[in-house]
Amino acid sequence: MKIIIVGCGKVGTTLLASLTAEGHDVVGVDTNPDVISYITNIYDAMGVSGNGADCETLEEAGVGTAELFIAVTGSDELNMLSCFIAGRMGASHTIARIRNPEYNDSSLGFMCGQLGLSMSINPEQLAAGELYNILQFPSAVKIETFSLRSFVFTELRLREGSPLAGAKLSELRQRSSAQFLICTVSRGERVYIPDGNFELKAGDRVGLTATLPELQKLLKSIGIVQKKARNIMILGGSRTAYYLAKLLIGAGCSVKIIEQDGDMCEDLTQALPKAVVIQGNGMGQELLFEEGLTSMDAFVSLTGMDEENILLAFFASSQNVPKAIAKVNGDEMSAMAERLGLESQVSPKKIISDVIVRYARALENSLGSPVETLYKLGDGQAEALEFTVNGKSAITGIPLKDLPTRQGVLIAGILRERKSIIPAGDDMILPGDRVIVIATGRRLRDLSDIV
Amino acid sequence: MNRRMILYTLGRIMLLEAALMLLPLAVTLIYREGQAVQFAVTAAAAAAFGLLLCFFSKPRTRVIYAKDGFLLVALAWLLLSLFGAAPFVMTGEIPSFVDAFFETVSGFTTTGASILSDPAALSHGSLFWRSFTHWIGGMGILVMCMAIIPSLSARSIHIMRAEMPGPIVGKLVPRARDTAKILYLIYIVMTLVQIAMLCFGGMSLFESALYSFGTAGTGGFAPYASSCADFSPYIQYTITVFMLLFGVNFNLYYLMLIRRFKSVAKSEELWVYFGVAALSTVVVAINIFPKYGGADAVRHSAFQVASIMSTTGFSTADFNMWPGLSKAVLLLLMFVGACAGSTAGGIKVSRTVLLFKMMRRQLRRLIHPRSVSTVRLEGKTVSEETQSGVANYLTLYAIVMIAVFFILSFEPFDIETNLSAAAACFNNVGPGLGLVGPAANYAGYSAFSKIVLSVAMLLGRLEIYPVLFLFAPSVWRGK
Repeated sequence: MKIIIVGCGKVGTTLLASLTAEGHDVVGVDTNPDVISYITNIYDAMGVSGNGADCETLEEAGVGTAELFIAVTGSDELNMLSCFIAGRMGASHTIARIRNPEYNDSSLGFMCGQLGLSMSINPEQLAAGELYNILQFPSAVKIETFSLRSFVFTELRLREGSPLAGAKLSELRQRSSAQFLICTVSRGERVYIPDGNFELKAGDRVGLTATLPELQKLLKSIGIVQKKARNIMILGGSRTAYYLAKLLIGAGCSVKIIEQDGDMCEDLTQALPKAVVIQGNGMGQELLFEEGLTSMDAFVSLTGMDEENILLAFFASSQNVPKAIAKVNGDEMSAMAERLGLESQVSPKKIISDVIVRYARALENSLGSPVETLYKLGDGQAEALEFTVNGKSAITGIPLKDLPTRQGVLIAGILRERKSIIPAGDDMILPGDRVIVIATGRRLRDLSDIV
Repeated sequence: MNRRMILYTLGRIMLLEAALMLLPLAVTLIYREGQAVQFAVTAAAAAAFGLLLCFFSKPRTRVIYAKDGFLLVALAWLLLSLFGAAPFVMTGEIPSFVDAFFETVSGFTTTGASILSDPAALSHGSLFWRSFTHWIGGMGILVMCMAIIPSLSARSIHIMRAEMPGPIVGKLVPRARDTAKILYLIYIVMTLVQIAMLCFGGMSLFESALYSFGTAGTGGFAPYASSCADFSPYIQYTITVFMLLFGVNFNLYYLMLIRRFKSVAKSEELWVYFGVAALSTVVVAINIFPKYGGADAVRHSAFQVASIMSTTGFSTADFNMWPGLSKAVLLLLMFVGACAGSTAGGIKVSRTVLLFKMMRRQLRRLIHPRSVSTVRLEGKTVSEETQSGVANYLTLYAIVMIAVFFILSFEPFDIETNLSAAAACFNNVGPGLGLVGPAANYAGYSAFSKIVLSVAMLLGRLEIYPVLFLFAPSVWRGK
């Protein structure tokens, strides 16, 4: 599929990397020729240097035959304009990054419709959503939701002395009455899809699917006391902080935001009257203690610097804050921080890339059972996907134990009407279901790819 | 340096060469010639060597850098020529290995300089292989490899840059593999059209294939010592047109395929190329008018100009006997060469144009020290980096040219012979002037000089850098 990406900054380059790896024909457009020569050296993609809203540049990039056009430059207006022009010039689907909260209100739908946008993405809002989910379940390293929000995929870190450590998967059902399915185990650099004989070890990251109530039950039975974070400190008054604070305040939490810049503090207090906004340098310990860091349930570090975020998250953990999360955008930095033991990280560009990869896969396969949701797990080694089953096919109506699924593919959940099923051997996939599949080592485009 | 990936790719290229050698093998079988054995043995040896390389160096990672690309291309061409020379030696048709190596390098680099006084004495299989090397070398073996093998490396652009001639190598379409496929498709179709047109002119299929291979790669090996002199004007004009066409940047053909004729019409390089060719034809035609008269003067002039400028090296007349002015024009055309991104050699028209523009800017700066100006080519500003790259290339080019000329001067030949031999080999033209003129050959040079000329041909075809890196210790030391 031919895809044009306008703006090859952090997000654009991440998209370029994941979309070329998916096997798409990608053309990158950027005003800076150095960036273009960099991306054409590293990725198997073409580069065009020029303004993404200029017809001639777009013509050179071959917009007329592009199936997907993504504008992720730093400017919302430029993104909208270039998507609009690209749409008029023949691009089939257009996606613009629109970050300004002023556009991201009730008028967004109207604007997207008028501009002919297929989708608008807002990385900060998506990141805030993910942060919010994690804060709802502080004991999870990561939590991803599917279209029925009660059904989740979550990753837990097994600590030393956890009752799950040392257990074989086949024994787990006896230990806990909760309904759940262990889908992935990340150990060291590798991600496994375990079978019944797999033995869990302390230090593993265990990915499992369950409904929210069952997850609560499981956590209780293995001795993790689950408490929603109520008092949250956010460092850095970025857009992500704004969206997150808004969500948290909506859920009745108390939020404290620390931001250095006076004008931004002003804006935040106007937009979020219920939040406590503190002007000051978050890198100063004194300020953090003064504002009651030690009594917080969670600490979220969202400054523009990865290094600061990582360092402060570690510092908060050392001060016995139960949950510390850092926003980390750099891939290398993220891997290093994880090695050092920073469990919860959020990367806006990765979230965006997941969303767009899913969109591209669904576009390729609009007739069969398309991908509804996609999450990449463990550096993209495994993927969690949600498919809708459209009509009867070769795989429907067969008990799962008789379904010859490929190696590295696991059916992790079935959503039928409003019921969530953790599948066992006798369950089967029926038309109209939504099916959650975990896959390693291959890219699934259609549900039928699992056999 | 990703040694495993380099060795692995070399293995693949050997396998590809073995497969390509099946064609001359088929020819020997069709003509019931005994040389089939030698071709079969060489193909088997190349295949075995390739399998061994592939088997023992499974790459851990497919990431390669510019350096690896250069090294890979240079090594690939060297290996290719070594194996390619084997059939000539084994069949006894060119008994000396140095001679056979010279002939094969001359083939792959699309030079067309020969040591044979009578090519017609070769078997059909050998003749076919000799001309087919032109066709393979014209577009490049690694480009072919990229087109065939899926996902050689995400960074195969480095390989493409090292093998494709021209100051700026870009892709036609996002994926390197598709770009390689498109280039080869255009190449194959144009070759087939030429074969058909030559057949139409009364040539046998075998001969028209050989001449088309020679034209497509802008090589110039002919199965007869007289080259193209004995053919009808129709055939000579057909070859003239195709020589010029294969000297055009292939990107322009792709643009025509996707119906972007405007961009083609705006191509500066194309107009300069055709302009220089037309002007040279007129000058030479007037100059040789007294010798041939009317139509013949124009035909010979057009053919020789197209042949030399596209660095093919076919001939319809012994231009060594022409007046000094014509010879000078042809010698200059050898240096200019044809368009970047074509199968031709030489400095390339785009570089020449760029050099003139850079010179003009420099002169303007001397007069108006504070003036601000940019150099534009094809309607785009050329970055300082590219400009200094082109300037550096010219310097290196001059140094290599002088070095080759100087080394050849130890031979007991006159300056005209040595200078034109160096220029003809380095620019991948083929025939020079004097004792290496179109009616003569390179057999008179010593073995040492033949090796020097072979290296010069490789330097010319791969545009110096890759081959030069082979001699740089720092490239080998890096792990």
